[in-house]
Amino acid sequence: MNEKDKAAAIELLTFQLADQEYSLDIMSVREIRGWTRTTPLPHAPSYMRGVINLRGTVLPVMDLSERLGLKPLEHTERNVIIVVNHEDTMTGLLVDAVSDIIAITAEDLQPPPEIQTSASPNVVNALTLIDDRMIRVLDLSAIVIPEQSHAA
Amino acid sequence: MGDPNDPMAEIKASFFIECEELLEALQDGLQTLEDGGGDDETINVVFRAVHSIKGGAGAFGLEALVRFAHRFETVLDEVRAGRLDIDAEALKVFFLCGDHLSDLVRVSRDDAPIPSAQSDALSAQLDAMLGDAPQDTPQDDPIDFQPMGLSFDLDLDDEPDAPPVYQITFTPSAELFESGNEPFHLFRALEELGPCQFNCDSTRLTDPPDFEPEQSYLSWKIDLASTCSRAEIEATFEFVEGLCSLDIVPSGQEPPGDLLLDSALPDLPAPKPLTDKPVAEITAPSADLTPDMPETVADLPSPPPSAAPAARPDPAKPAATSGPKSVVRVDLDRIERLVNLVGELVINQAMLSQSLEQSGLSPHSDAMSGLEEFQRLTRDIQDSVMMIRAQPVKSLFQRMSRIVREASSAVGKDVRLITEGEATEVDKTVIERLADPLTHMIRNAVDHGLETPQDRAAAGKPAQGQVHLKAAHRSGRVIIEVSDDGAGINRPKVLQIAIDKGLVPAEASLSDSEIDNLLFLPGFSTASVVSDLSGRGVGMDVVRNSIQTLGGRISISSTPGQGTVFSISLPLTLAVLDGMVVQVADETLVLPLNVVIETLALNASDIEMVRPGVQVVRVRSGFVPLFDLGKELGYRAPLQDYDGSVVLLIAHEDGSRAALVIDSIQDQRQVVIKGLDASFYRAPGIAAATILGDGQIALIIDTADIISNASAESAAPTLEGLIA
Repeated sequence: MNEKDKAAAIELLTFQLADQEYSLDIMSVREIRGWTRTTPLPHAPSYMRGVINLRGTVLPVMDLSERLGLKPLEHTERNVIIVVNHEDTMTGLLVDAVSDIIAITAEDLQPPPEIQTSASPNVVNALTLIDDRMIRVLDLSAIVIPEQSHAA
Repeated sequence: MGDPNDPMAEIKASFFIECEELLEALQDGLQTLEDGGGDDETINVVFRAVHSIKGGAGAFGLEALVRFAHRFETVLDEVRAGRLDIDAEALKVFFLCGDHLSDLVRVSRDDAPIPSAQSDALSAQLDAMLGDAPQDTPQDDPIDFQPMGLSFDLDLDDEPDAPPVYQITFTPSAELFESGNEPFHLFRALEELGPCQFNCDSTRLTDPPDFEPEQSYLSWKIDLASTCSRAEIEATFEFVEGLCSLDIVPSGQEPPGDLLLDSALPDLPAPKPLTDKPVAEITAPSADLTPDMPETVADLPSPPPSAAPAARPDPAKPAATSGPKSVVRVDLDRIERLVNLVGELVINQAMLSQSLEQSGLSPHSDAMSGLEEFQRLTRDIQDSVMMIRAQPVKSLFQRMSRIVREASSAVGKDVRLITEGEATEVDKTVIERLADPLTHMIRNAVDHGLETPQDRAAAGKPAQGQVHLKAAHRSGRVIIEVSDDGAGINRPKVLQIAIDKGLVPAEASLSDSEIDNLLFLPGFSTASVVSDLSGRGVGMDVVRNSIQTLGGRISISSTPGQGTVFSISLPLTLAVLDGMVVQVADETLVLPLNVVIETLALNASDIEMVRPGVQVVRVRSGFVPLFDLGKELGYRAPLQDYDGSVVLLIAHEDGSRAALVIDSIQDQRQVVIKGLDASFYRAPGIAAATILGDGQIALIIDTADIISNASAESAAPTLEGLIA
């Protein structure tokens, strides 16, 4: 990966969700934690797995797979919680497994094709190709901010 | 506060903090006077407060504040000198002026527009009070002149009319003459500050042959009567700095030496940031001060002695305040951090004791007894930390006395606020968040609670209405009561309105307390005329909600013809909660212990069905609605059979009761409250969360919310539902 030498390198954390590869800007990732039992929140949207204790603070955890409209995650030992920080709000994202950290430049990112559907939230803000695999770059603000209908 | 790089910003900030304290002292003093107490010292305190605000404001060029404070102070000085009597009318004006002064302080702090119309109106009232008493025009008052006078001007014994006399001892050294300076010019400059009396001391003069023509043998003692500051005098001698010995002593004081202020310093109570700097600057060589001086001096050729403002700060005098309790100002963030850390400690300790218990140690082992000690210490630390955050409710109550004044004059009623238990300490956050609901309640009491003067007269009551505001600690909670001596709740009218608005079925027959509680229903307003004061669509339901968010409860009681009492009960702190740990559908939950009044094991025969979905439990003679907590939280389907289930009988401050079905009770313990991030997701029925000894999170249940949600869901709005 010779791109690593370029100044405008972006580092992405890639992970598996329902046999697909997704990624997040590593700058928004705080830590990665193994799976722990969550305390469910009553009447929460189904993708909200509940809350966990992150060193004394209460961290909401969502099933990212279900949040993106994919099938709910099946529980395995490799499941991890990616703790992200978005505008000073910490959230845990439950994913199948973490794969790699890749460095790319802004030129390697392609905008996703304009397909507007109301069925699933528009959460992918770029695509990139690594070793012939397509990796989706997620827009954290679209994921972490709850939809108004669920907020009440 | 503007430019963060402004070196004055910090000093300015502490000035405003100091203003808060001074305003509080002012309010206190006026209150004492109103209550008929108070002596010369009380009026002195009031005067001093206004005066200190003026002095500080002058240093920061807050002209509007200075001008108004000056008018106010002038009148107070007349009172102090016994030339003006305080009657009820005067006191009322003083209160208004105090309020306005705090407004001015606030707008000055926030750089908001100055309400000058009000300043002028009140100034006119003040001037009217002065009548033909001698009055000085603010224009002549060189306020900008005293940049650092604030902290030294507390001695009140200075004669208001005669300017202070400075005794200046000036001994030129030979170098002074060598460098071409001439004392005569200095003396001329001094005379411009005020009338001087020069005495030449020639005792050191020797006869030849010892006489050295180039030596300096003379010294002068000068009595200067002037209202100028010491710094100004020093400025006169600026050019001979280091070439002479100079001693400036305000008359009536022992000349302790050159650096008079040094000796004054230890007398000051714990130096505040504001005072630190001035002291440093004044005691430093006067050159430090002079850069600001020339222009101000030029502005003021010579203030006529007669125009000397009574309260001319005399910076050289030591502060004569009685030492207040030694207090440290700490950034709230630091305390927050400490509170959080102690919270962690409590959780950690719980985890440690859990793992020690699991390791099967004997309860008599050293480790276990050590742990017990540790627990005790943790609790002590926690209590002490909570006490740091505790504040007396006094400041809150003082704000309310202003609300009463404004509200009563708006509706044309004569109302007196009587406060009690001002020293009661409550968590700072609670105090801050109590201000709005309390304001609303006070306004309500004045507007709706008290009758008009005519009605009061007809009822044989004194024309002046009374509103009582009381605070007290009661069994680990804080009780705040707002009561009035008005007509009480007009129950038939309340019921009629509730029926008209469809809040209650027309045929309903309600008990008195049920009717009183209708006031808390959303969308209820009894005032037939929507007044400017209350009834802006914000009803008592909002008050109740804000109290409930604080973990408090509000209740109401009323006696026709005698008045209404609102009683708020609040937890002492928002950080820790005595909770009951219970198990529901494999989840651990915490209920606030203070709402649980009883635990019961159900018998099938105790349960009655009112209609499908609505069940009640017979508890002794009464019926209590039954709620299945697992179902209400969506954790599981309702149980088919409640026989043998454990229920918690809960009661809220408003008298509503309910029975909650749970699976089992685990423990009673103190838990640290962890807020759920409200911006992210608000779970209905959940007040907060806590971390248990095993590191798991348990949710803290808001029982009132659970019940009102459950009631709202049930088919028709039943009466129980509405009241509960």
